Amino acid sequence: MNAIWSETMHPGGKWSGIVGRGKLIRLTALEAGANVSMLMYHARDLSERYNMPDTLKAQHTAHLTRGNVLMSDNGRALASILHDDLGWHDPLGGYTTRAGTDSKYGVSCYQESRNGWLRSGQENLAVELVRNGLGERDISPVVNWFSKVVCDEEGNMRFADNHCAAGTTVTLRLEMDVLLIFSNTPHPLDPQGDYPSVPVKIEVLPAVQVDAGDYCVNFRPENRRAFDNTWTYYALQN
Amino acid sequence: MLKAFHRVESTRKPEAAVYDQVIPAGEGWMYALQPGQVLRIVDLEGNQAADTLLYDANNPEDHYSAVRTINSQSNIYLTTGSTLLAESGKELASIVADTCGRHDTLGGSCSSQSNTIRYAHEKGHMHNCRDTFMLELAKHPEGHRYAKRDLSPNINFFMNVPVTPEGGLTFEDGVSGPGCYVELQSSCHAMVLISNCPQLNNPCNAYNPTPVHVLIWNE
Ligand SMILES: [Zn+2]
Repeated sequence: MNAIWSETMHPGGKWSGIVGRGKLIRLTALEAGANVSMLMYHARDLSERYNMPDTLKAQHTAHLTRGNVLMSDNGRALASILHDDLGWHDPLGGYTTRAGTDSKYGVSCYQESRNGWLRSGQENLAVELVRNGLGERDISPVVNWFSKVVCDEEGNMRFADNHCAAGTTVTLRLEMDVLLIFSNTPHPLDPQGDYPSVPVKIEVLPAVQVDAGDYCVNFRPENRRAFDNTWTYYALQN
Repeated sequence: MLKAFHRVESTRKPEAAVYDQVIPAGEGWMYALQPGQVLRIVDLEGNQAADTLLYDANNPEDHYSAVRTINSQSNIYLTTGSTLLAESGKELASIVADTCGRHDTLGGSCSSQSNTIRYAHEKGHMHNCRDTFMLELAKHPEGHRYAKRDLSPNINFFMNVPVTPEGGLTFEDGVSGPGCYVELQSSCHAMVLISNCPQLNNPCNAYNPTPVHVLIWNE
């Protein structure tokens, strides 16, 4: 399937845009060790957004993979994970901050480093939120594509090394019209001392039909009910 | 930092409290703590969930951040010694006593909409925490400064929501019991918003939501 559009996010880069219902978004890690932090909002009512607790509780999971649905705080399916090479993407670890980036990788600034300065997730997300009429108050837990964080019995969080190989892809199908915000910045729990420099390709692919046998719809009864809520929402308008 | 249960009992006497109130199950509470004040939440009958949000009362756009809080301690559970951070990184409060065991900050609050997904479409009419949060905002004189967009993932005091090493997430009973309590000391002028959960669908509370008790000391 040919992409309608594609772009490569440079290390430290970001992207935001509205993508329509049914279309696919494919992310590809062009080198090993990628991390892309994502926020997602309903394009028509930006106060409705991806809700981490509702998504995880409904599916009894603390990681995201094929079959999982990203649910909104209004009880609807915003997007579903149609294809996944990895088996585990992190919904818990959050985004990097300016203070954390400076202390881990060293202070950098545009004046000295030009475009080599090291950007933080916090600032990238803030810029794209403001661009789209939102603000820092709208930040909430992100999905960190390509990263894995495991928790032991005591609750200690550990970043899994060597999780994402070069060429890994994950594909989302959008179940509603959504505003997507991506930041290609390191995972905050990644222990390596060098700022990861991994370009990530974003592609938007044509819309596909959701049929009755759909894997994501039937993944769990909870998912089916989230889809019901989304379909009802559109049935009232069409 | 290890966040295994850090049991610390308080020496504060109820008769010295400057504020003392019971929040029945299914009701809400919104109150601005002065810097340094200590809030105790008591699980009167055990296995209740006190869904709690905090804000910088001087800047309501800066809400409690579950992920910044757990990242700063590299652990997903809250207990004595946990520092509760806002999305900006500002310290809102710290936990200074805990006789429960662990507290959850990943499970969020129940809502009518999520109840339709988790339990059944027919459960949508049942009372829920997100409605309580919004009713408190509607009633409180300062509530107009907050909106639904500010209802970020909250703390569930007394709830046990383990994440397994395999990446599962479950709701378990039983780390709390009658009389268990947690104490927060505010680090700033912190607005606290509580929904004492009315959940009748989750076996964690034996389908019996019960009251919590809140007390405040000046330090
Ligand atoms: Zn509740």
